[in-house]
Amino acid sequence: MKVTFPHMGSMYICLKALLQYLDIDVVVPPMPSKRTLTLGTQHSPEFACLPLKINMGNFIEAYEQGADTIIMAGGVGPCRFGYYAQVQREILHDLGYNMQMIILEPPQKHISELIVKIRQITGERSWLDIIRAIRFAWYKARAVDEVERIIHRVRPRELEPGRADEVFKKALGWIDGAENKKQLDDAVKKAKCSLVRIPVDNSRNPVRIGIVGEIYVMLEPFANLEIERHLGRLGVEVERSIYLSEWINDHLFMGLLRIKGSKAAREYAPPYVNHFVGGHGQETIGSTVLFARERYDGVIQVQPFTCMPEIVAESILPTVSRDYGIPTFCLIVDEHSGDAGVLTRLEAFVDLLQRKKETVAEGAEKKGVLQCADI
Amino acid sequence: MRGYLGVDVGSVSTNIVLMDENENVMETLYIRTQGQPITAVQRGLEYIRDRVPAGMEIGGIGTTGSGRHLSGIIVGADSVKNEITAHAVAASKLVPGVQTVLEIGGQDSKIIILRNGVVTDFAMNTVCAAGTGSFLDQQAARLGIPIEDFGEIALKSGTPVRIAGRCSVFAESDMIHKQQMGHNLPDILAGLCEALVRNYLNNVGKGKEILEPVAFQGGVAANVGIKRAFEKALGFEITVPPHFNVMGAVGAAMLAREATRKTGRTRFKGFAITQEKFRAASFECGDCPNLCEVIEISGQDRILARWNDKCGKWSNAEVSGFRRKKIENLA
Repeated sequence: MKVTFPHMGSMYICLKALLQYLDIDVVVPPMPSKRTLTLGTQHSPEFACLPLKINMGNFIEAYEQGADTIIMAGGVGPCRFGYYAQVQREILHDLGYNMQMIILEPPQKHISELIVKIRQITGERSWLDIIRAIRFAWYKARAVDEVERIIHRVRPRELEPGRADEVFKKALGWIDGAENKKQLDDAVKKAKCSLVRIPVDNSRNPVRIGIVGEIYVMLEPFANLEIERHLGRLGVEVERSIYLSEWINDHLFMGLLRIKGSKAAREYAPPYVNHFVGGHGQETIGSTVLFARERYDGVIQVQPFTCMPEIVAESILPTVSRDYGIPTFCLIVDEHSGDAGVLTRLEAFVDLLQRKKETVAEGAEKKGVLQCADI
Repeated sequence: MRGYLGVDVGSVSTNIVLMDENENVMETLYIRTQGQPITAVQRGLEYIRDRVPAGMEIGGIGTTGSGRHLSGIIVGADSVKNEITAHAVAASKLVPGVQTVLEIGGQDSKIIILRNGVVTDFAMNTVCAAGTGSFLDQQAARLGIPIEDFGEIALKSGTPVRIAGRCSVFAESDMIHKQQMGHNLPDILAGLCEALVRNYLNNVGKGKEILEPVAFQGGVAANVGIKRAFEKALGFEITVPPHFNVMGAVGAAMLAREATRKTGRTRFKGFAITQEKFRAASFECGDCPNLCEVIEISGQDRILARWNDKCGKWSNAEVSGFRRKKIENLA
């Protein structure tokens, strides 16, 4: 059995660690690229959203490298994602690829539901081993997030653009290569040391933007056109509403661990969204409120084209924006997205925030309350 | 005395303005880009060079428009800014107290909302170019009228016909249909103006609070038919500022002035660049399956800049001899 899974940002590091800890053969699909997207788009329904297409590309590329079993997340609720695993299984079957699909549905009642599914993959391994493997994978997720948070801080302040990204790439490799907790700790330490050595200008007071929206597009740089790197280059400090480890805790551990998660975001969604609207629609609104309260300069919502929950959120964002005086911008991506147009809009949005920040700093706000609206 | 240059390289036109220290526009130039941005900038600057008054030195230069990065490298720009910011800056100077900017250019249209002189909101056409200058150009050519007369003829209309403006292809077939039904030319042109304005307000201007004073700029603002259609739809008068067709360049010059005020000196390479040979080439980087088509600008056997790579390997690279060798090996 050779197991593969779809990409979602740096999630491959945790999944690979988990499976390898249990001595299972793993095929990590090649990082998403134009080829992945072309393959995926070719074999997907046109009206499905971008995540399905990139997943399909991942599976096909993994199959080419010998994978025969896919681990895929399922889901329930109004978002179509819950149905994607089934659709993908049928498409792969029609293509004549003989691959088994194990679908991890989010546990409805108890975490044991997830364990049972893992059992299907792990066979006769002891429970203790499995728990140890999950714990190790969890540590890796935390490690990636820890480094990424520092990267977000360094990017807008570095004197030579691009240095932080170089280190980040290497650091992911170190974390990925760590075989035990000790090596993992060393990898994080090494990454931190390298990051500290990057020359930065700490006197800068960068514009701060919070990123909210659909989880896949938020976490997968290929899908969001590397928005974080572009914004960093424009001198913006980026913060994401959810990190990988938080998502894992929320969705796979059922929020068992007491770390910041989407629960807080949901609490701030009322009175704008009072109930679940599918996907992360509620969290998008709640996180925007949170970012506004934390005095961020602006919020960018990312979503794949035709994403229902995020469309709901998008139509509510202008109200939040007006109430809190925080400018918002919506980036919708699909396989036709062009870099140039997106960059122009991002630049304009950052300019808007920068000028607003300068005007406020000059005390000009006394002349009248600044009004903001959505974009 | 110091002068400031603004260069706006757009899809259809390349505009250059010369501005004095007090932000008075002294010279403007509007030429067609014709798909050759480098040549257009060089020709334009050559024209401006001969018109710079004696005793004026260039204190700064700024670029904007879709070709801003390319032209910025070539001229040595002090500020390289997107067209939304440039248009907003120019409008707030030339139309005092402006709260809304409607801009329709060759292939894009945008709306900018300003409050207290600060941009608070903007939008750009995303999926459709119906209603921009190129489409009007094309229809004028099809009807056999010069684009300059388009607006005047439309004003003669008594009862504009209703034309589907959602999509330029359907708009065209609808126009042909109306012609064959026997409607006269002014009514059709006025109908087209109204359809385009409707499309603009429903798509680009959707959900925006359009408050007076409104500035209407960009090449299409020359069309009085469109201006009147806007006024009819909004219910109040709109202003077409002086230099409406080169507003992006005016804004770029202002931004250059601002940028050099901070640094104290300009990076402008001088008018000699009009004679220099620049070369834009591209190569496909084969280091990963993304196969990025990296663009490389060189002048006088020296690589000036590279961009268009996803990972930043080429755009971040220090343009040194070592790197150049690497490219040669790659080719």
